[in-house]
Amino acid sequence: MSKQFRIKGTGRVDPSRPINFTFDGKSYTGHQGDTLASALLANGVHLVGRSFKYHRPRGILGIGADEPNALVGIRRDAARYTPNLLATQVELYEGLNAVSQNRNPSLEHDRMEVNDKWLSRFIPAGFYYKTFMWPKSAWDKWYEPRIREAAGLGVAPSQPDPDVYTQRYAHCDVLVIGAGPAGLAAAKEAAATGARVILADDRPVMGGSLLAAADTNISGEGEDWYSAGAWRKEVLAFLEKQPNVTLLPRTIAFGYYPHNWIGLCEKLTDHLAVLARGAPRERLWQVRAAQVVIATGAIERPLVFPENDRPGIMLADAARTYLQEYGVAVGQKVAVVTAHDSGYRAAHELKAVGVDIAVIADIRGRSVVSDRAVQAGLNVLTEAKIEGTSGKLRVSSITMTAAGMRSNFACDAVLMAGGFTPSVHLFSQSRGKLVWDNKLQAYLPGDSAEAERSAGASRGRFALAEALADGVDAGREAAQAAGFTPGTPAFHPQVTVKHAIGSGGYLGAAPTSADLSKAKAFVDWQNDVTAKDIVLATREGFLSIEHVKRYTTTGMATDQGKLSNINALGIVSEATGRSIPQIGLTTFRTPYTPITFGTLAGHARGMLFDPARVTAINDWAVAQGAAFEDVGNWKRAHYFPKHGEDLHAAVNRECLGVRKSVGIFDASTLGKIEIVGPDAAEFMNRFFVNAWTKLGVGKCRYGVLLREDGFVTDDGVVGRVAKDRFHVTTTTGGAARVLGMMEDYLQTEWGDLKVWLTSTTEQWSVIAVQGPKAREVIAPLIEDLDVSAEAFPHMSIGDGKICGVPLRLMRVSFTGELGFEVNVPSGYGRMVWEAIWERGKAFDMVPYGTETMHVLRAEKGYIIVGQETDGTVTPDDAGLGWAIGKAKPDFVGKRSLQRPALTAPDRKQLVGLISSDGRTVLEEGAQIVDPAAPKVPIGHVTSSYYSAVLGKPIALALVRGGRQRLGESLYVPMPDSVIGVQVAPTVFFDPEGARVNV
Amino acid sequence: MLIINCPYCGARPELEFAYGGQAHIDRPVQPADLNDEDWTGYLYLRENTKGIHAERWRHLHGCARFFNALRDTRTDHFLATYKVGEKAPEVTRP
Ligand SMILES: [Zn+2]
Repeated sequence: MSKQFRIKGTGRVDPSRPINFTFDGKSYTGHQGDTLASALLANGVHLVGRSFKYHRPRGILGIGADEPNALVGIRRDAARYTPNLLATQVELYEGLNAVSQNRNPSLEHDRMEVNDKWLSRFIPAGFYYKTFMWPKSAWDKWYEPRIREAAGLGVAPSQPDPDVYTQRYAHCDVLVIGAGPAGLAAAKEAAATGARVILADDRPVMGGSLLAAADTNISGEGEDWYSAGAWRKEVLAFLEKQPNVTLLPRTIAFGYYPHNWIGLCEKLTDHLAVLARGAPRERLWQVRAAQVVIATGAIERPLVFPENDRPGIMLADAARTYLQEYGVAVGQKVAVVTAHDSGYRAAHELKAVGVDIAVIADIRGRSVVSDRAVQAGLNVLTEAKIEGTSGKLRVSSITMTAAGMRSNFACDAVLMAGGFTPSVHLFSQSRGKLVWDNKLQAYLPGDSAEAERSAGASRGRFALAEALADGVDAGREAAQAAGFTPGTPAFHPQVTVKHAIGSGGYLGAAPTSADLSKAKAFVDWQNDVTAKDIVLATREGFLSIEHVKRYTTTGMATDQGKLSNINALGIVSEATGRSIPQIGLTTFRTPYTPITFGTLAGHARGMLFDPARVTAINDWAVAQGAAFEDVGNWKRAHYFPKHGEDLHAAVNRECLGVRKSVGIFDASTLGKIEIVGPDAAEFMNRFFVNAWTKLGVGKCRYGVLLREDGFVTDDGVVGRVAKDRFHVTTTTGGAARVLGMMEDYLQTEWGDLKVWLTSTTEQWSVIAVQGPKAREVIAPLIEDLDVSAEAFPHMSIGDGKICGVPLRLMRVSFTGELGFEVNVPSGYGRMVWEAIWERGKAFDMVPYGTETMHVLRAEKGYIIVGQETDGTVTPDDAGLGWAIGKAKPDFVGKRSLQRPALTAPDRKQLVGLISSDGRTVLEEGAQIVDPAAPKVPIGHVTSSYYSAVLGKPIALALVRGGRQRLGESLYVPMPDSVIGVQVAPTVFFDPEGARVNV
Repeated sequence: MLIINCPYCGARPELEFAYGGQAHIDRPVQPADLNDEDWTGYLYLRENTKGIHAERWRHLHGCARFFNALRDTRTDHFLATYKVGEKAPEVTRP
């Protein structure tokens, strides 16, 4: 069967290299160079899909990235299944396995076809909004799953993507997008100036419309003339030789981002029968171009008439291109419906290879072009109305009215020539202004926002000679703008053609006697939107095209309305009596065509998705079987379960171990900043709330940091290690933010201060040793520092040696126990940790994680910034008013603390809560109410744990006027119960603080 | 991704920079002298310019220095960058 559709001696496919492939399990043969679409058409197959909503049979409509119907899935192996590929872009390879989508069980017999026959009148425009509003709960359970099942695209692959994707950055002087006649000419001219040129084209072979140009000759600079094919070869051969030119076929420019940053996706392996192991499938190019030439051509427009969606009905120039590029006739008896001279060109060229042209129906009047067709023996109707078509799985006839006569023409294909829409997507993405051209009836690029220019059909220069000249000029101008000098005067080639592309075109619904409010005249094939839907939307008051689009879903499918948007505009214009510029234009968004997540993710998958920060002690904790939690990018030991303990059992044991004897904790993730300089103390005074001048060398102080608005933003212990040197610690998550804030004030406000800031977070490993036996554990390991209770009291800092390596020891406690934080250069962290661990064994030392750290500090009422504070908490709210240096004239945030709202008496204050039943652990975040006015929450729980040492749950909370409520009974309402609580002081354990001072 | 011209290092990709809010807002020398309304203005009131906006940027992953920039908020194009303490240069829209 295939033989009769393949035209010998035409096209660039290689008949000597047959390729076997399957579609829906059936075997076919194509040629090397075919796409799946051209190979199917060569086998007489038009039916390739079912439509989105109505499940109508659909055929191949176009030939490129604009195809709305021919979506297929390609399966290579169990893991490699790619849905929603366009058959018009899938290159044929031996063994290709393609399947159709959105049908059940088969394309020929689809059960959901009832949608078309019985339900379509219940599925008008906006039906999603009208039908599924009630009851609300039914949406998730009932409506959505069923709609998804019925209205679907391909099925997502079920296994992780086994392929590798790669990415690269590139710079160039001139990026030319599109390698049709204008793009080739531009690239050639720019390259000749010495500029670095990248030429990208989405197809495997460069040349664009030149590949399908029949009986076309182009003049060279001498007396010589070239056929279109020879000219293309000549230019490409020149470009390939230039060291300053990079040619990227199979590469789609999908996004135009600010400052001439262009995203390209290069497909590397999808066309290969056998994949090389480990070879990347796609490459993302992120190109920064000094100048861009957009030569993306134009998209052919379909005509909107009743039943214009049967398989076999397709775009006229696409059909002509299938013939000239692939040697494929799309039918044996073809009807042409046209509003543009290019429809005649298609008819002439198909007739020349023996295809029977049933009729040319021109909706326009008589013209030179129509007369020439009549002279050539073609049957031409002018001022035709298109009434409808017939045929179940393939069009079999078309009905027209002309000169008052209604006639039916048998055919196996219908070609639509509605004119051409310049492809302005990338220009519009670059934020260039589009301008409506009344003569061409098209939006064209107007003022540029970026360093770019459009050339050729993408700005309405459709005729080959015009496109070539435009490309020449654009290439030269771009190179010049990038700082290069074009040589000899510009040469614009002359062109001779047998059948010119001509002019014409139509927007909106084509003339018909049929009632468009009943007929199915499709505007958007992919989303099943008809002229009727769009008219209905305007009748219901949707006037802006942005609203019409969302209400009808026209242009919202994966093809982004490449074929449909302009016709939709035409219909709205006619229905509302407003001009197209008045209606506006929907926004062109990236990506131009769908891009795989793989391309965008590149190597950033799995372990490489996000960097993991680990401390020097991490591997030890892993070996101990610790459970980990993420804190920012840090991996922190959460708890150390023993013998199948759960979190609670492990934490209770760890807490008691610390309180009874001693524990060891990796605090290395704490932020650390060294503040050095003659003005270090003054800087500290201005930055933190505390007073620092009188802090002696060798002493520590708990520092509180506010934002300028008066709210707590960070805290940490600060040690003065020399008169001009402070060792500042910050929260783990706040380290970068605090350093950035310090730099901000130092660089932009306090230029008078001589201070240098250095992040030392990763220079120090910090080993917290906490518990009554802490000193006994570490003292014998330490040299050159007296750590006795008398010489080194609570809140001391000093340098010495431990295990023979440099030590900065801080006597600080976040547990309420005698405690030390052993700082050693992180390269020694693991060694010193293990030495302390060995000594600790005699004291039953426990390693503990962040959860136990949280419980121990909560028992002492120590806050965690970000848990007890939420950006609206002042030092006084958090019970930290004592930390403020009252005598200081100023510090960051001081003025704000005097604002009326921040001094109001009923602010939320930090208090403790005890569950009245002595058992219930409250939920963090739970709201708190006063029984006197139970409808208004007066606060919330900030921290809540079971305290093993106290044998009961404890909680911290922010409660309105909380410190005045000590002893009061309040309630915590939960979905299934109400929990009674008592307000208590924030310090639950050792309120006198005796245990730290031993 | 934008290209931003650090006055100290030269043109670098946006990834290296951090935005720092509106420029030329000096912290009062004696905040205590300000009444509540003026202090609130310093804290919270910012321009919402459609057009040329003076703003702070920091070359965070480069020289780490703060500088000022004039950016056209309609196009995202940078018209000038200059050092802290310098006056904003005269620019014309491109
Ligand atoms: Zn810099």
